[in-house]
Amino acid sequence: MKDVELKMLERAKALLESGEVARVIGWKKGEFIYDPAPASFETVDELKDFVYNWFCGANLSKYLIQASKKEGKTAVFLKPCDTYSFNQLVKEHRVKRENIHVIAVECLGKFDVAKIKAQGVSSIVDVEVQNKEVKVKSFGGETVLNKPEILLTKCETCQKTHQVKDEEIILHDRPERDVNRFAEVEKLEAMTPDERFAFWREQLQKCIRCNACRNVCPACSCVKCVFDNPASGIAAKANDDKFEEQLFHIIRAFHVAGRCTDCGECSRVCPQNIPLHLLNRKFIKDIDGLYGEYQAGETDEGKTPLTSYTENDIEPTDAVNGEAK
Amino acid sequence: MLKIAKERLNELYAKISESMGLFIPIKKGGEVNYHVWGEGKEVSLETLKTVKSPKNMFFPQTENMMKFKTEGKNIEILEAGIRKQGDELKPFVAFGVKACDYKAIEVLDKVFLAEPVDTFYQARRNATTIVTLACSKPEESCFCGVFGIDATNPQGDVSTWLDEKYLYWQANTEKGETLTSLASELFEKGGETEVEAQKTSTKAVLAQLPFANLDLSRFKPENLNELFDDTRWEEMSEACLGCGTCTFVCPTCQCFDIRDFKTNDGVIRYRCWDSCMYSDFTLMAHGNSRTTQMQRFRQRFMHKLVYYPSQNDGLYSCVGCGRCVNKCPQNLNIVKVIKTLGGKKND
Ligand code: SF4
Ligand code: SF4
Ligand code: SF4
Ligand code: SF4
Repeated sequence: MKDVELKMLERAKALLESGEVARVIGWKKGEFIYDPAPASFETVDELKDFVYNWFCGANLSKYLIQASKKEGKTAVFLKPCDTYSFNQLVKEHRVKRENIHVIAVECLGKFDVAKIKAQGVSSIVDVEVQNKEVKVKSFGGETVLNKPEILLTKCETCQKTHQVKDEEIILHDRPERDVNRFAEVEKLEAMTPDERFAFWREQLQKCIRCNACRNVCPACSCVKCVFDNPASGIAAKANDDKFEEQLFHIIRAFHVAGRCTDCGECSRVCPQNIPLHLLNRKFIKDIDGLYGEYQAGETDEGKTPLTSYTENDIEPTDAVNGEAK
Repeated sequence: MLKIAKERLNELYAKISESMGLFIPIKKGGEVNYHVWGEGKEVSLETLKTVKSPKNMFFPQTENMMKFKTEGKNIEILEAGIRKQGDELKPFVAFGVKACDYKAIEVLDKVFLAEPVDTFYQARRNATTIVTLACSKPEESCFCGVFGIDATNPQGDVSTWLDEKYLYWQANTEKGETLTSLASELFEKGGETEVEAQKTSTKAVLAQLPFANLDLSRFKPENLNELFDDTRWEEMSEACLGCGTCTFVCPTCQCFDIRDFKTNDGVIRYRCWDSCMYSDFTLMAHGNSRTTQMQRFRQRFMHKLVYYPSQNDGLYSCVGCGRCVNKCPQNLNIVKVIKTLGGKKND
């Protein structure tokens, strides 16, 4: 990982020095190894805080909405999953493609510090990864953990590949994986409606309506969200059990249906660890079943199943009667 | 000092619940938060930080204030005051409150109990008996010590300490004594030595924590303008999503909004937590006073470290619980602000 970071740093420097770009968006060191924050770097000097490590899970694409409006070009480091969000934002005319220089960077999965802590390891100083083994160095000594167990949920089933690259920095191959990202959705589908309702109630009851899921979501790019409009008669921040449990998340899932790239940021940021991605994945699975396989963000143009009509489209009644299985 | 064997704690909870409500950290849907105890609930006193802080008990995230009908110029008040009277005013126990969260209640008291008193908050505060719990396994995001809080010796109506075998119990106030007397048959005497030993070993851990020596020296009222104008707020806030997670998990954040909700039979006036991180925070007829996320971000941290203390004899309104450190989706937090702006010792 260090070698990848060095290469990235080298490119960032070169791009800034030559004046090809006005800023580089990447990650900035935090207080620990595990708390880097998204940041933009405008000078070579600022790059002293640049970092790329196992904890750079944040998706940088959404920051490009603002960055692409600024003067001068912006270079950005995008992981495979982030490039789908990027394409989707370009497709929706939210990001000006010509103002962005995409550097596709290697990603072998990112870690969830909460999962490491849950295994009893705190005060983490460094991690060393060898295939499926992760040596976590902490004040308490060294612990060997199993990589798949400490990956961010979004990385557990990720099979995404870079869809956009103006250049790339990939030094190590990612091992082929064969995972079914719909396995959890299938479990939910197998439940009775009552069980499923109980599952979601228990999960959504935890919601504190911080709106982190919405604010981080690249598909939630409305300039003003309806829930933020005081004139709409509803308030984004009012936490009412019934509303969260039955409406807010469902409305949001519907609104991003067909546009959600399954980047998994919503679940990553939720302070209450609500598995929001399962709602979106259910929609993705249904769209695949009803209209043929479709992956949002694979390209930055073309028609999408939910926004175009063909004569062969399934009838709504058949769709609700479960033809989608 | 008294003690009660861990395996008898359920009996204690049951006993308390006979006459009072019991709010205690309970695991539900995989996360630990304060919930009302009941038989079969998964209590987790060991959890260091509940996701939501205990402030929820006195200052619920959403509560109805009144219900009324209007007809022409007439207003008919249908309901006013705390919802579900009686029910919610039944005395209750807040059990397992950590030292930082207990200090946070003092911060809230200064806001809600100052004139004009917030009667909703006051009613709940008066109805509560607080049982605090000392920390024995602080973690790296904790920095309560910086604010003069002793995690090993929390106050409250009753102070407790937990080890592998026992919960040690010491009543500090009349309310605390009354609570103890409800279940006196469950307690035995003793525990002083164990508690002292635990305090010593925890203190050693606390002194080693990475944030134990944060320097707050620059956060003084006389530096207000200088801190406000610091150019580094831009870079500190640039990744901020404006999500408000930090404010909603914070035990001392106290802002709320009051709104009306039209129903078929009348208007419900409710209040709900608000966040200075939001674009519609303190929205006025002329528009918004803070138009950029940088300004909103700055407000949150200036309030904690400068504005509040300048109005409350130097008391900071951060208690170092570290929740915002753990929960900010983009890893921004008050520690980074303190390190950037706080003082020389931070370098
Ligand atoms: S991030 Fe989680 S807690 Fe916050 S609004 Fe979304 S679902 Fe609710
Ligand atoms: S809904 Fe969740 S997974 Fe889908 S694009 Fe938004 S943040 Fe990503
Ligand atoms: S500081 Fe972090 S938690 Fe707070 S609003 Fe900004 S992104 Fe959200
Ligand atoms: S500002 Fe952060 S650390 Fe301070 S009390 Fe609030 S949540 Fe805790």
